[in-house]
Amino acid sequence: MKILVPIAKVPDTTSKIAFTDNNTKFSPDGVTFIMNPTDEWYALVRAIELKEKQGGEVVVIHVGLADSEQIIRKALAIGADRAVRVDADPTDAYFVAAQIANHAKSENYDLIIAGKETIDYNSYEVGGMVAEMLDLPCVALVQKLEIENGVATITREIEGGTETVEIKLPLVICAQKELAEARIPNMKGIMGARTKPLEVVTADATEKLTVITGYHLPEKAKECKYVSPDNVGELVRLLHEEAKVV
Amino acid sequence: MAVLSFVEVSQGKIKKASVEAAYYGSKVAEGLGTDSVVVVLGAASADELATLGTVGVKKVLHAADARFNNFDSKAFTKAVSEAANVAGATVVVLSFNQNGKLLAPRLSVRLKAAYVPGAVELPEFNGASATVKKNVFSGKASASYQLNTEKKVIAVNPNSLSPVRGAGAAEVEAFAPTLADADFSSVVKGADLIVGEIPLSEAELVVSAGRGLKGPENWGPIEELAKVLGAATACSRAVSDVDWRPHHEHVGQTGLTVRPNLYIAVGISGAIQHLAGVNGSKVIVVVNTDPEAPFFKAADYGIVGDAAVVVPKLIEEFKKLKAAH
Ligand SMILES: Cc1cc2nc3c(=O)[nH]c(=O)nc-3n(C[C@H](O)[C@H](O)[C@H](O)COP(=O)(O)OP(=O)(O)OC[C@H]3O[C@@H](n4cnc5c(N)ncnc54)[C@H](O)[C@@H]3O)c2cc1C
Ligand SMILES: Nc1ncnc2c1ncn2[C@@H]1O[C@H](COP(=O)(O)O)[C@@H](O)[C@H]1O
Repeated sequence: MKILVPIAKVPDTTSKIAFTDNNTKFSPDGVTFIMNPTDEWYALVRAIELKEKQGGEVVVIHVGLADSEQIIRKALAIGADRAVRVDADPTDAYFVAAQIANHAKSENYDLIIAGKETIDYNSYEVGGMVAEMLDLPCVALVQKLEIENGVATITREIEGGTETVEIKLPLVICAQKELAEARIPNMKGIMGARTKPLEVVTADATEKLTVITGYHLPEKAKECKYVSPDNVGELVRLLHEEAKVV
Repeated sequence: MAVLSFVEVSQGKIKKASVEAAYYGSKVAEGLGTDSVVVVLGAASADELATLGTVGVKKVLHAADARFNNFDSKAFTKAVSEAANVAGATVVVLSFNQNGKLLAPRLSVRLKAAYVPGAVELPEFNGASATVKKNVFSGKASASYQLNTEKKVIAVNPNSLSPVRGAGAAEVEAFAPTLADADFSSVVKGADLIVGEIPLSEAELVVSAGRGLKGPENWGPIEELAKVLGAATACSRAVSDVDWRPHHEHVGQTGLTVRPNLYIAVGISGAIQHLAGVNGSKVIVVVNTDPEAPFFKAADYGIVGDAAVVVPKLIEEFKKLKAAH
């Protein structure tokens, strides 16, 4: 089975968020960048598990500039077989999806496992867009994925629970928590990653559909109103009369 | 021209998140001086659909085809984009809920329409382009997305605006999108619903607790408080990781994102990854023994105190309030 895993690069959640150029650009100063957690912990690991069980190949693809090499090597260290980097600044989901779809068209993947969302733009876009570009079925918010005889059995999140569906391969999956247990690269993996193939390709000319024109930080920190534990009734009164939420 | 909203019906009722999407669509249509049209796929009663008139919907395109009773992203994408063409829609609105999160990006590609995922406000139009605000960096900031294509897709965050109901009934019209059986690729084997509980993603009131409760045996009062309020229960990842609570209750960066009117956090420290899932809540109440707990910085109301003492008192006081109103 041949599996493609698109991986994104994001600021670590604990990073301080700041903007420059009159609040039109994200400032990378002092920010630690990591592999998008959903991609690393769930999408990539499940792909590797399936390969370990059934044989095949796991390829990671990343749309980004040369400074992403570290996260790509980490994916190889965790167990991907080879990597492709599309050399372009990923500023628009449609653009990113088009690069991934174009790559996928040139290789016959049985399965594409993306993450559900990146933790910076929280957009849940790329997986679905790739599926539509390739005219493939897609299931998002996937918590379980088993494959037997070319048929995937998938459990996905729905309102108030989960739903289980069966779909024939090929297809696109957007992974979320519970799909796999995160793996930490071991020494052998890290050594091996250095020599695994990382192909750098130029981006296809694709238009960008959206532009971010400005960022806004929350106006000011909230002012917490304290109530004494001996006067809980006062809190209930405030919630009823002042906040009007109960 | 028109604005088309995608509406889902579950167990005979229009989903709350869909009512919000339809209302949002009507507001956009009003701003553009055009009609608000809705598309519904699968079984639904005409009476229920007509109620969409109260949120400004003029016409409902209803495809009763039983093949739509289960969600299939590929088939639904084809059907909704056909509805957009039939209605002559320039803007398509969906809820940024479980199905919308997949349907909207697919539609964006199919319609070659710029898309904003998780809008928190109405768009501002400036000629042919529109600007829409969405939250980014897990709620730590927001960004203005400019949509420059002729067609636009907007998925609106649940609980971002409260629909104002008026009078009126929507006209319901049969709609038969051209789909082959081969367009339906998934076979639903079953669903596992947590019955008797309020789905966390839709809840307006949430009572949440963390490691400060010391053990799973201490959740009784939390559940009772939720029951008294008619709230859903949630928890921090620290407690679902050790199986004190089920995984579907975990909120935060790696769990669910909730935006209730009231979020009560008991014995949760307020780590940045937890806040990422709850900082869109309208009002946050924090109960914690540690006055330095970071959660107080994100709170509207706080009690520095022991959960074991404060929660029973809260139950008692809320019971009194309910009895009085
Ligand atoms: C990449 C990553 C992703 C993560 N994603 C998530 C996520 O999605 N959601 C999430 O929740 N966490 C997430 N975490 C974990 C997060 O960083 C915290 O570790 C976790 O939220 C802590 O849970 P807690 O507040 O219940 O426990 P603690 O941090 O242990 O806090 C317990 C609190 O209870 C208080 N307390 C103690 N006794 C009492 C008492 N008797 N009465 C009242 N209060 C009391 C303490 O003062 C303390 O503030 C993530 C971490 C990482 C690294
Ligand atoms: N620049 C990128 N390169 C490769 N894959 C990406 C990139 N950005 C996003 N993805 C993939 O798309 C998923 C969803 O991201 P998003 O739609 O941006 O929230 C991620 O979890 C990744 O699997």
